Amino acid sequence: MAGADGDDSLYPIAVLIDELRNEDVQLRLNSIKKLSTIALALGVERTRTELLPFLTDTIYDEDEVLLALAEQLGNFTMLVGGPEYVHCLLPPLESLATVEETVVRDKAVESLRKISQEHSPVDLEVHFEPLVKRLASGDWFTSRTSACGLFSVCYPRVSSTVKAEIRQHFRTLCSDDTPMVRRAAASKLGEFAKVLELDYVKSDIISLFTALASDEQDSVRLLAVEACVSIATLLPQEDLESLVMPTLRQAAEDKSWRVRYMVADKFSELQKAVGPEITKNDLVPAFQNLLKDCEAEVRAAAANKVKEFCENLPEENREQIIMTHILPCVKELVSDTNQHVKSALASVIMGLSTILGKDNTIEHLLPLFLAQLKDECPEVRLNIISNLDCVNEVIGIRQLSQSLLPAIVELAEDAKWRVRLAIIEYMPLLAGQLGVEFFDEKLNTLCMAWLIDHVYAIREAATCNLMKLVEKFGAEWAQNTIVPKVLGMANDPNYLHRMTTLFCINALSEACGQDITTKQMLPVVLKMSNDQVANVRFNVAKSLQKIGPVLDSNALQTEVKPVLEKLATDTDMDVKYFAQEAISGTRFTLASLHISTKSDLPF
Amino acid sequence: METTKLPPTSPSSPTTSFSVPSAEKVDGFPRRSMRRARQRRSHSSSQFRYQSSQVELTPLPLLKDAPVAELHDLFCKKLQQCCVLFDFLDCVADLKGKEIKRAALNELVESVATSRGVLIEPLYPEAIKMISVNIFRTLPPSENPEFDPEEDEPTLEASWPHLQLVYEFFLRFLESPDFQPSMAKRYVDQKFVLQLLELFDSEDPREREYLKTILHRVYGKLLGLRAYIRKQINNIFLRFIYETEHFNGVAELLEILGSIINGFALPLKAEHKQFLVRVLIPLHTAKSLSIFHAQLAYCVVQFMEKDATVTEYIIRGLLKYWPKTCTQKEVMFLGEIEEILDVIEPSQFIRVQEPLFKQIAACISSPHFQVAERALYFWNNEYILSLIEENCQVILPLVFATLYRVSKEHWNQTIVSLIYNVLKTFMEMNSKLFDDLTASYKVEKQKELKRDRERADLWRGLEEHQDRRMQMLTEAARNQRNLQERGERGDPPTPSSPQTSISDHNEPKPSGASSSSSGGGEGTT
Repeated sequence: MAGADGDDSLYPIAVLIDELRNEDVQLRLNSIKKLSTIALALGVERTRTELLPFLTDTIYDEDEVLLALAEQLGNFTMLVGGPEYVHCLLPPLESLATVEETVVRDKAVESLRKISQEHSPVDLEVHFEPLVKRLASGDWFTSRTSACGLFSVCYPRVSSTVKAEIRQHFRTLCSDDTPMVRRAAASKLGEFAKVLELDYVKSDIISLFTALASDEQDSVRLLAVEACVSIATLLPQEDLESLVMPTLRQAAEDKSWRVRYMVADKFSELQKAVGPEITKNDLVPAFQNLLKDCEAEVRAAAANKVKEFCENLPEENREQIIMTHILPCVKELVSDTNQHVKSALASVIMGLSTILGKDNTIEHLLPLFLAQLKDECPEVRLNIISNLDCVNEVIGIRQLSQSLLPAIVELAEDAKWRVRLAIIEYMPLLAGQLGVEFFDEKLNTLCMAWLIDHVYAIREAATCNLMKLVEKFGAEWAQNTIVPKVLGMANDPNYLHRMTTLFCINALSEACGQDITTKQMLPVVLKMSNDQVANVRFNVAKSLQKIGPVLDSNALQTEVKPVLEKLATDTDMDVKYFAQEAISGTRFTLASLHISTKSDLPF
Repeated sequence: METTKLPPTSPSSPTTSFSVPSAEKVDGFPRRSMRRARQRRSHSSSQFRYQSSQVELTPLPLLKDAPVAELHDLFCKKLQQCCVLFDFLDCVADLKGKEIKRAALNELVESVATSRGVLIEPLYPEAIKMISVNIFRTLPPSENPEFDPEEDEPTLEASWPHLQLVYEFFLRFLESPDFQPSMAKRYVDQKFVLQLLELFDSEDPREREYLKTILHRVYGKLLGLRAYIRKQINNIFLRFIYETEHFNGVAELLEILGSIINGFALPLKAEHKQFLVRVLIPLHTAKSLSIFHAQLAYCVVQFMEKDATVTEYIIRGLLKYWPKTCTQKEVMFLGEIEEILDVIEPSQFIRVQEPLFKQIAACISSPHFQVAERALYFWNNEYILSLIEENCQVILPLVFATLYRVSKEHWNQTIVSLIYNVLKTFMEMNSKLFDDLTASYKVEKQKELKRDRERADLWRGLEEHQDRRMQMLTEAARNQRNLQERGERGDPPTPSSPQTSISDHNEPKPSGASSSSSGGGEGTT
């Protein structure tokens, strides 16, 4: 390694530091992002003795520069000489962990967490832990906030005296004067609990948890709900009732909807954490209340969890609980006043059929599905349709098809193109489940109608949909039902529709195979090369290139080539360009024709 | 809730199944149409939530008819009656009760406002209780998650017919000549104030307007709460800046602060300076700056007028947070800078002129003409012009190159002619310097290019060096591995092999294999 340091003289630190000081922020940012290059040029020793002190001293810069710096320093261990010197990185990161801007601070904490793992246990106590303590007792809230994220990474690897100190610091921050710090502490409570010894979880964490969960600010209380999941997971079952449940019950009935929302949002995790017994006695009624909450936000969050909650109920009385306690609430939600609640429910309600089985589904759930299929809000209908596969497995889709059709037709003609787009995307799935006969009879017209939609995104999706349908139903079906209609559009007076023919051919040629492509599609494409609209003509060129690989060599030579050559002399610049592109592209196919005909043409 | 029906399609449009309804021509994103639907129900209330059994109200005798001896007792009963809450989302529910409460509130308002001697000590806890029960509530979730105060209609509080009277009562109570701060402070305590401040997030501007006046009175009359109020406002702002970016009452709180700053004693306390530097200046970073910028700029200028030494903090702070991409905000910043320069002391101006005029030059070269124009308007301001003239030696070299270049390049003719005027002004101010700069313009440009080339060379060299170095390290690592393998095969392992120990140490590291092995090599040097 001796030779390497010889280069250093080439790059005096002053020049490098000048780069880091450049007046132009962008240049400064670029330099900081290449900090490792600079450090490598300086070598480990000068990085430690010259570069890092400079970085530590000049931390007053644009937040964006600081963010880049905070990130870089997390990967600097090797550049300062490996783990035994890693503590050199602490001073600059400590300053960064105190700046105002949250993203910078968070990044600095992330880097600190990363390099804490590279400290030896001794260094952790000598260098890292004092830093955490300094941050935890900083004047301004930012440093205390940052400290909250660092306790859990050093706790497991320090002596018991230091551990006691860390616990004390965390306790202090949990009752900090500013809500910002209490929020930070509350959000790290679960993580910290995980690294603590069980006795301390019971003695320390529970009291902190209880206090934070009854904080005067709802923004703090709701974070305690998150911690509840981790804490409940750690405790033995017999302690849950006395240590966690009073607080959880209180949170589920908190006067602030934000806290109740959080409970609803974390309900499945909570359910898993507290186990089946408590779920049956406490969580079921709590869940019922959340489903009936006066705030739509809370109801929607709870509705989202209906399926997961039911799935995770203890198997032996699952059906009974759902039928007597959950289903009545679900029935009410189907006609909720708020569309977000209904649509949240619609996205999961189909999942209940697998849990409840065929008879219950037909008797109880089917009316709900049908009601939602007729809902005024398209999102609700879409959510039902997109989950049809769940019901299909249990009762078969035929039960629904009567109601399904009007719903699909209505969505297919919805005034909002995004709704139409969404339903198109479910067409292949529906086609698969409803079968080819039903499809031909009821849905085929819709699929063709989308091809002449006035929104390009719909026409494009419709084209892609046709391809998927052909993949499902086969080339013969395509030849009988789709291809004639698509080719018919080639004579449409609207040039956009004529182009759609070309786009469809592009998409379908491969799925339809050589025979159909050569005999039916190619003549149409070739004929369109005389179209009066240049856009159509250059799309002919593009299509020819695209379907080239599917055609046989004879057709290519005798039919495609002359047309392309003619287009290459077109008056329109773009037509010329794409014709030439196609010629050079197709020539390639000609050369490799032997291989392709021999090996992989399945038709 | 209403359906999201669009306006009916025009009768002329054909009714075949694949025709295009005319409404679709103005097709938007689903979000917006949902928003349209939501706006129709722009009333919301979270008041009537947790009252289980509804009490039937019976009308009480009128206050003005009450004999003096029973007046206080009746007043108290009316206060208690007003603690009953009603459901306003259901507008036909319990109309009689609502009317009784409304009448009682009206009477209470009038009584507090007009008659003397009503406010006796036992009424304080009852009055504050009535106010708390009515106004303190968790604000409902916004009907419109992307509520844009500039574009959207706010959601109005449904229970306003009562709520307004309660606020009115509270205000008259605080403003009454009989009001005794020493008695009130027992009930209007820190917890009360904290809840009051949280209400400033209300989307209903009428409510915020009342809150503003009320908080102002509380701040004025209850001296013991002042520091606490300031601290909690700080917390609200810091949360707004660094956590949520959402709080509806920022403008109202700033308006109160404007008058609070006005009353600060000199010299400024450290607490107040900290508020300026760590709260007011960072507030400029908010996305919704335009809603409260006028109030914010007022506060900032108030600070400067109090104590000129904070000027440098302010200007450097604004320069630090100068908008990078939002031209609308940039124009606001320039407006604020002009307000500041209007009252700046010349000695302070000298301290900040260099960074400031670099930024102004950058604004002049903005391709957005409103930004350039706003910056060039500075030269129309007599006072600023006089400051520029005094410091022409410093400022002209800072802006000259930009003016010269932009005058030749800008797409907008207004800007070009404004620049021409500015250049003329400078020429008149100091023709010698102007000529020198014109002469050296080309040379400077050349120098700049040369510097750019040198920088590119430097970085190229550095990167080549890095590649060489990495290669060397990988080789070293490979050699080391070979050595080790050889050791394992035949020779007894060397007891104190530093390589082994270090590479062991590196093994659990999550970073890529190459860096950890190269690190192992480096550690041994």
